[in-house]
Amino acid sequence: MQVPAPFEYERATSVGHAIALMERLGSEARLVAGGHSLLPMMKLRLANLEYLIDINDLGSELGYLIVEPDQIRIGALTRHRDLLESDELAATFPIFRDAERVIADPVVRNRGTLGGSLCQADPSEDLSAVCTTLNASCVIRGSDGERVVTMEEFYRGPYETAVEDGQILTEVRIPVRSGGSSAYEKVERRAGDWAICSAGAAVWMDDGQITDARVGLAAVGPNTTGIPAISEALRGKPPSEELYAQAGSLAAEHCSPTTDMRGSADYKRHLANELTQRALRRSVARLNDEGA
Amino acid sequence: MQVTLTVNGEEVTAEIEARLLLVHFLRDHLRLTGTHWGCDTSNCGTCVVWLDGEPVKSCTVLTAMASGHEVRTVEDLESDGELDPVQQGFVQCHGLQCGFCTPGMMMTARALLDRNPSPTEDDIREAISGQICRCTGYSTIVRSVQWAAAHESDRDSAVAAGSTP
Repeated sequence: MQVPAPFEYERATSVGHAIALMERLGSEARLVAGGHSLLPMMKLRLANLEYLIDINDLGSELGYLIVEPDQIRIGALTRHRDLLESDELAATFPIFRDAERVIADPVVRNRGTLGGSLCQADPSEDLSAVCTTLNASCVIRGSDGERVVTMEEFYRGPYETAVEDGQILTEVRIPVRSGGSSAYEKVERRAGDWAICSAGAAVWMDDGQITDARVGLAAVGPNTTGIPAISEALRGKPPSEELYAQAGSLAAEHCSPTTDMRGSADYKRHLANELTQRALRRSVARLNDEGA
Repeated sequence: MQVTLTVNGEEVTAEIEARLLLVHFLRDHLRLTGTHWGCDTSNCGTCVVWLDGEPVKSCTVLTAMASGHEVRTVEDLESDGELDPVQQGFVQCHGLQCGFCTPGMMMTARALLDRNPSPTEDDIREAISGQICRCTGYSTIVRSVQWAAAHESDRDSAVAAGSTP
């Protein structure tokens, strides 16, 4: 039987209460939302803590998806299922629905949350790659107020984030620019597994030219990896197969996969190349309304 | 710690360890052994119960997290001696072989049909994609859910027409 080691359970009744609990209980306390990453780690003694602070009752404060003219704001407690089923989100960023379809399974998606996924900071986590691709920023709150960090600042290494003791990720903000589309491609060993490699792409075009493009990779580095070199290579050019091939090569060159039980480093580089091309191609097809 | 939750419509209060998983609370404390305990790693789905109306894997939910909330288990599908159409479908279409995955499959199927009364085969396969039948009897499980959907719509239209269901 796998059960967590003993701990004390507290339930937060507001974000302020959660922060006060964390400040009082110190570094041995951890927040739990869906629990589908943390509880398995506690069962395996990979996470050992004295206090667990349950934030599942904070749906009215932290579970929302608000579309504004220049950004979409998503509360950290928004569940995978709500992200998958949101037509508004899919209309602006189809990459979210692409990714959510291949994250775990429908029952797990009923519990797992956006904030939990990001704070877990697993290098293979799909929503982290989506947020990196879309240049999202993260709102972190503590007793001394809020700060907003980029995805690059948010991740500090495998399973490490900018969220410090006594702080909570409350919101993810994604900038909205017109004339763009996006897509997500993943290869896994079996349905619902972590990625061997996945690639997100977002492309903005005007008058047949790419005005901006972004690519984010999962599972081929210490954290999800943005590839600025691809953005530079694609800007100002019309989309073409040659351009996708160039972007794929850059992705393979700029990632840092390691050989493990999911595959060899060479295979993962091959996937980074191929999946980058597919995600860019599909983003452009969507922009051109080709039903991709 | 003390928890109070509603299980199959009845309020239950118990003194538990904070680390007690919901699946063990249901099976060992309440003796509701219809919910099965399988992989322990939220992969197999035999422990699926409803939490506030949504299917969840109870091996990855703390009992403490369910306090103040509503849990529904497979025991609640049958009502006044009459099997739920999903249960009848599993009987009619040979939806189980060893039966180990069956409680989780049925709870997920019930939730699916409540949201989508006429699912396609793809909808059904997607809904149960987080659950494993080690007998590999997926085809008959899908047929069982289709049977339930078909017979529920017959029954509902009979009710609408004013006849006795």
